[in-house]
Amino acid sequence: MVEIQQQPALVGEVPVAEAIGIHKQFGSTLALRGVSLSLHAGRCLGLVGRNGAGKSTLVSIMSGIVGPDRGQVRFDGQRAPDLADVRAWRERISTVFQHSMVVPQLTVAENVFLNSQPGRSGFVDWKIMRAETDRVLAEWGFSDVAAGAPCATLTVEQRQLVEIARALAAGRRCLLLDEPTAALERAEIRRLFDRVRALVAAGVAVLYISHHLEEVFEVCDDVAVLRDGELVLAQATVGLSKDELVTAMVGPDVAAMTTTARARENGTDGPEHRDHGRPCLVVEHLSAVSARGAVRDVSLEVRHGERVGLAGLLGAGVATLARAVAGNQSWTSGRIEVEGVALVPRRPDKALKAGVGYVPEDRRAEGFVRVLSVGENSTMTIVDRLASRLGVLLPRLRNAAARPLADRLSIVSAGLSQPVGELSGGNQQKVTVARAVATAPKLVVAITPTRGVDVASKATLLEVLSSLARDQGTGVLLATDDLDDLVICDRVVVLRNGEIVAEFTDPPFEREALIGAIEGLLGDERATA
Amino acid sequence: MTQVDSDKGATGAGGAEPGTEPGSRTAVEVALQRSYRQARAVSLVREAALLPVLVALIIVGALVSPVFFTVSNFSGIGLQASALGVTVVGESLILLIGGMDLSLEGTYGFAPMLAAWLVVPVAAFGSGADLNPHLGLLVLLLAGAFVGLVNGTAIVKGRMNGFIWTLGMTIVLAGLQNGIPKAQTLFALPRAFSYLGSAYWGQVPFSLVFTAVIFVGVGLFLRYHRGGRAIYAVGGNAEAARAAGINVDRVKISVYVAGGTLAALGGLMEAGRVSAVTGQQGYQEGVIFTVFAAAVIGGVSLLGGKGNMVGAATGVALLSIVQNILDLANVSSYWIEAIDGAVILVALMMTRVIGGKASQG
Repeated sequence: MVEIQQQPALVGEVPVAEAIGIHKQFGSTLALRGVSLSLHAGRCLGLVGRNGAGKSTLVSIMSGIVGPDRGQVRFDGQRAPDLADVRAWRERISTVFQHSMVVPQLTVAENVFLNSQPGRSGFVDWKIMRAETDRVLAEWGFSDVAAGAPCATLTVEQRQLVEIARALAAGRRCLLLDEPTAALERAEIRRLFDRVRALVAAGVAVLYISHHLEEVFEVCDDVAVLRDGELVLAQATVGLSKDELVTAMVGPDVAAMTTTARARENGTDGPEHRDHGRPCLVVEHLSAVSARGAVRDVSLEVRHGERVGLAGLLGAGVATLARAVAGNQSWTSGRIEVEGVALVPRRPDKALKAGVGYVPEDRRAEGFVRVLSVGENSTMTIVDRLASRLGVLLPRLRNAAARPLADRLSIVSAGLSQPVGELSGGNQQKVTVARAVATAPKLVVAITPTRGVDVASKATLLEVLSSLARDQGTGVLLATDDLDDLVICDRVVVLRNGEIVAEFTDPPFEREALIGAIEGLLGDERATA
Repeated sequence: MTQVDSDKGATGAGGAEPGTEPGSRTAVEVALQRSYRQARAVSLVREAALLPVLVALIIVGALVSPVFFTVSNFSGIGLQASALGVTVVGESLILLIGGMDLSLEGTYGFAPMLAAWLVVPVAAFGSGADLNPHLGLLVLLLAGAFVGLVNGTAIVKGRMNGFIWTLGMTIVLAGLQNGIPKAQTLFALPRAFSYLGSAYWGQVPFSLVFTAVIFVGVGLFLRYHRGGRAIYAVGGNAEAARAAGINVDRVKISVYVAGGTLAALGGLMEAGRVSAVTGQQGYQEGVIFTVFAAAVIGGVSLLGGKGNMVGAATGVALLSIVQNILDLANVSSYWIEAIDGAVILVALMMTRVIGGKASQG
């Protein structure tokens, strides 16, 4: 019997919130199998695990969104209120969810005080509400968000700030943060960490769910690891190594594989196609305007078999440029050619025909159709090839085409007929990538392909993208804000404020130099590291 | 229990479970498949949720009237259900792409009126053009397709709100339907014109056969044709469909055109059945509510992307049988609408209870 003992320093104290022996089956997935953990005042517990390990389910149960099949949740030693009593739950625990829960039509202030508006006998006191919102936003350093602004006008990251502000404004003693940094930039992440530490120091109990192990080591006092719905590790972060944590998350065998994959990518088997490849993508003097960040007079080439990283902060124009190449973004001037064919703005079908495979930034919005199956989503881009002349599309042929894709990407599902909406985030992303590579594209454009994806899936996704270039001479344009993605690249182009400010041509790239260029610490000269 | 479970996991993390790790992915998949098959079985039960309701209705019908369980009554139900059914197919297609078309009832009345007006003699309140009846049928189909094209273009390209646009359109069409023949009822329909709605093949109404073919054909199209799959993709997530190279606008507009054409056919059947085209047909009868009810009771989601022809057909059958039973039971015509509406509400509640989220999407 291995003793799983949390927070050894606090034995005997009544936890602020605890889950005891939680079992939960969710649709076709056994989400949780007897998970117990507790949150203590003044401590931050990190909760990690691969996609599908059960983190989100546990968060839902501890937030009172769904009830457990067996086991119970307790607050201050008392049984949790009835699920129907939403208000009682909100008085005990506040959760910032992974997916945006702001109402876009309402203002920031209204969202911060959603259903808890200050006022008398049901009448909202707008003045107090705005003032309070301003105070909270200023206190937490979210000063770029205006209390009166409609949330629809905010960026993804600002909306998340609103959600965090909502939880903080409520002033709960128990806070659940479900991947709060997934869409934040570095400076904001730093601020968030500072605030989380301040909260914990002030005696709040925090459950911090994250994919980024560095974050866990940085802000968490303790860490709990879920794997396949079971708690496999729970201990203080002090004295725990990153390797031990990764091993606990993915299981020993997968961990080894991941490391090997990384080593191979970092190693010497360099890009054979690099020097003599023809350009498969030519971008000339491209300018575009977008809420995702403008692009100003950018020229760029990607050769066959070349893996080019496009790095920059959110809003630096990275996503805009990549979307333009995939035909999903209009541009004001300049031209884009794929395999010598000029692309037309806002015509993704033309880009696809020219040979572009596209992995969109937001897989939920653009990557797949939830209600359709794994097989159908994976082959949606090659219907031309699979259907007969009269357009008849036999499921047998579709599955024959989808099977190798699913195998290659190690998509874990109950079969090709399972709807993609039922899969975990990592596997959904694999389906999105399968769809992009199904066409045997000449160029793959991937935007933040590993965002919100677990460690092992991440390795698989990067390896697949990388092998396309290595084995089939496909050009890869990888737009990302995650430095880990760049290990597979032969060349990295850094954008800042929509302009190319640096280019790194010699892998392995130095992390510090990349960060410097991305954040603008190096000045504006072109660096060649 | 709990403790043991967790402990086993912890040991596994340390690599102390020889023999289980290498096959763990397959083990997970097997477990996944098993629970998924169970979930699938449950969802099959849900898809068949309306069948027991149908059976119960048939029993009620047999108890209410000895006439119910006769071939002639069933062929009468079939005749009535056909016009509704074809229109429901049209509306279901539009619902599947995440759209909504109230003007199908306008087309249902207007298209046969326009065609009949061109075909029948002046004595039967026609225009005097005395158009060849076969050309008249072509006019009917083109009128339906044209209304669909106008709707689709306005909603998809012009970004009009589909609900309000088609509401306006249905009123316009109803006005034309009464204005063209100066509010007269057109009769003396030529045989070619009324054949679809009135002919019998033995005991079986031809319109029922025709409608069945439409249901099966559209059902197979949706399941096995790239166009049908594109409809599901567009309705399920238009942006994802667009990024996969599907011409979303074209799919949507085509579906509106198909919907209008099918509604025109439905109107033709109705006209054939009553051997006349009246100003009331369609809009003033409030046909669209029955059409929506049949589709939604049959599990076609108002949010798009979900639903199939089996469900839609069940919905049509259910409402038609209810209508028939009410007729046979001699329910006072003052009350018939209230009961009709209540039945729709109850049926919807039943699909919700038995079928989980089937009709909500």
